[in-house]
Amino acid sequence: MQIKRSLGEFLFDHANVLFLLGLMLVTLYPLVHVLFASVSAPSRLISHQGLLLLPLGFELGSYGLVFKNPMIVRGYLNTMIIVLAGTTTNLVMTSLGAYVLSRRDVLWKKLMMMVIVFTMFFSGGIIPTYLLVRNLEMTNTLYALFIPTAISTYNLIIMRTAFMGVPYSLEESARIDGAKDFTILFRIMIPLSLPVIAVMVLFYGVGHWNSWFSAMIYLRKRELYPLQLILREILISSDTTQMMTDVGGMDKEPVGQTVKYATIIVATLPVLSIYPFLQKYFVKGIMIGALKG
Amino acid sequence: MAQPARTSIKRSIGTILYRDFAKNKLIYLMALPVMAYYIIFHYGPMYGLVIAFKYFAPAKGILGSPWAGVYWFREFFNSYFIERLIKNTLLINVLNLLFSFPAPIILALLLNELRSERYKRSVQTITYLPHFISLVVICGMIHDFTSRDGIINDLVVFFGGERSTMLLNPGLFRPIYIVSEIWQGVGWGSIIYLAALSSIDPELYQAAVIDGANRWKKIWHITLPGIMPTIVILLILRVGSMMSIGHEKIILLYNASIYDTADVISSFVYRKGLLESNYSYSTAVGLFNSAINFMLVILANWLSRRATDHSLW
Repeated sequence: MQIKRSLGEFLFDHANVLFLLGLMLVTLYPLVHVLFASVSAPSRLISHQGLLLLPLGFELGSYGLVFKNPMIVRGYLNTMIIVLAGTTTNLVMTSLGAYVLSRRDVLWKKLMMMVIVFTMFFSGGIIPTYLLVRNLEMTNTLYALFIPTAISTYNLIIMRTAFMGVPYSLEESARIDGAKDFTILFRIMIPLSLPVIAVMVLFYGVGHWNSWFSAMIYLRKRELYPLQLILREILISSDTTQMMTDVGGMDKEPVGQTVKYATIIVATLPVLSIYPFLQKYFVKGIMIGALKG
Repeated sequence: MAQPARTSIKRSIGTILYRDFAKNKLIYLMALPVMAYYIIFHYGPMYGLVIAFKYFAPAKGILGSPWAGVYWFREFFNSYFIERLIKNTLLINVLNLLFSFPAPIILALLLNELRSERYKRSVQTITYLPHFISLVVICGMIHDFTSRDGIINDLVVFFGGERSTMLLNPGLFRPIYIVSEIWQGVGWGSIIYLAALSSIDPELYQAAVIDGANRWKKIWHITLPGIMPTIVILLILRVGSMMSIGHEKIILLYNASIYDTADVISSFVYRKGLLESNYSYSTAVGLFNSAINFMLVILANWLSRRATDHSLW
């Protein structure tokens, strides 16, 4: 059915489209600025003022310096290890918990649910947690970065909701065929909840990739530092000196700038290039969490 | 089932426990690591809160350290910082609630009014993007853009202003914090409202059109009431976390010269506890903060149940 638009609606529609276009530009510009600056000629960039609408020249020297930096390479590697080990731990623990909490007629389920949900509203805080991790002698190990955060209660509840949505008849017929709980979890629940599992991989994985605070408080050995902690030194404390031992005195400042920008791109691109493909899954995951949480 | 009724009445608690365990032993085996995790890493720190009432010395352990009563709480309430910390924590949260809470709702409503599905999807994909950039990189970009010769200062000069290192100016910290918060979160925050929007029954709109409602009336009488439960629940969660602003972003952005506007309770706890190893004092401050939070959640939930019938529990 074709409805005529009044003048007001016509103006609103166009203003809306323009406003959202503006929003997209504002969202993208900072990143585009960083990208263009990272490939610009350092000497031209330093004297440039205002918006960067195109790169100033085209040089990849700063990327060379980034990849030659042993700390960045090491940090990348550590982050990979943490993301892999951490996400695996998260998934195993979260699906075990979600399975238990999705069962009917388990006597202690209510109590377990209460014990778990209470932690969403009250916690011991960072100091007691820090002291606990130290007492367990986990400081200066990568375990400290993913064991204390093995389950996110919010994600656990999303996954439980997904498991509860799996038709009971499937489980029943598997049980008649002699399947036990582990088989039901790994052969029925998880395969039938793949979209939600994908969301969990994304949430947990991105969380590990971006995390820096626990690494800062638990790690003293520099060779264990994840990428984000190295980035903090470079971006926040503006310490690019280590990366430029073979850059001449005069060029240090301009090259330092482009190296910063190149570091941002190198550290951000991997995540930014995967999330659009998972978009329809995480939208679904958030919906499940929102409607039933 | 064909058993005489007598035996089932006589089933003792022991039998019930035993039968449940026998039937569900694999379930309990699965629950074991999960519950162990919660007990150790969530309830362990809660037990650790005891040190807020002790003169804790790591060498003596929690049990061995002498009791301090409410000494550390009194110390905090009498300290020079308390007023500043509470003011900053509340102010940043209130401003955040005022500006960055409604922003995703407005974005979702605007997206919902778009006629082109493809355009809508592009706006969504792009506005989700900042959510996936790490906090360290975001704050690094803020440092760079607001620095003396950063891009924002270039624009300020273009419009006739003066150059300054903006993060050294106490008056600018809150605007920088809030604006970057909106920039990073508006798209991601809108997902949940779009989900709520998509579950509104289309027949309602058709009926409204037949009754002669125009677009504003449809938004006002159908769309907004339709997403109200979601708004209320998220608002409760937000109010409940009023006092618990994340320390990570603050720590990455602030410096000693803007503590007057930027230092909040959680960053203070971090500094006292982890940088100065003043464990008991900082734990007391942290406990004070979480206790207020806990009460706020309960209060917000109670208020909303009375006022709107929507609540978390």
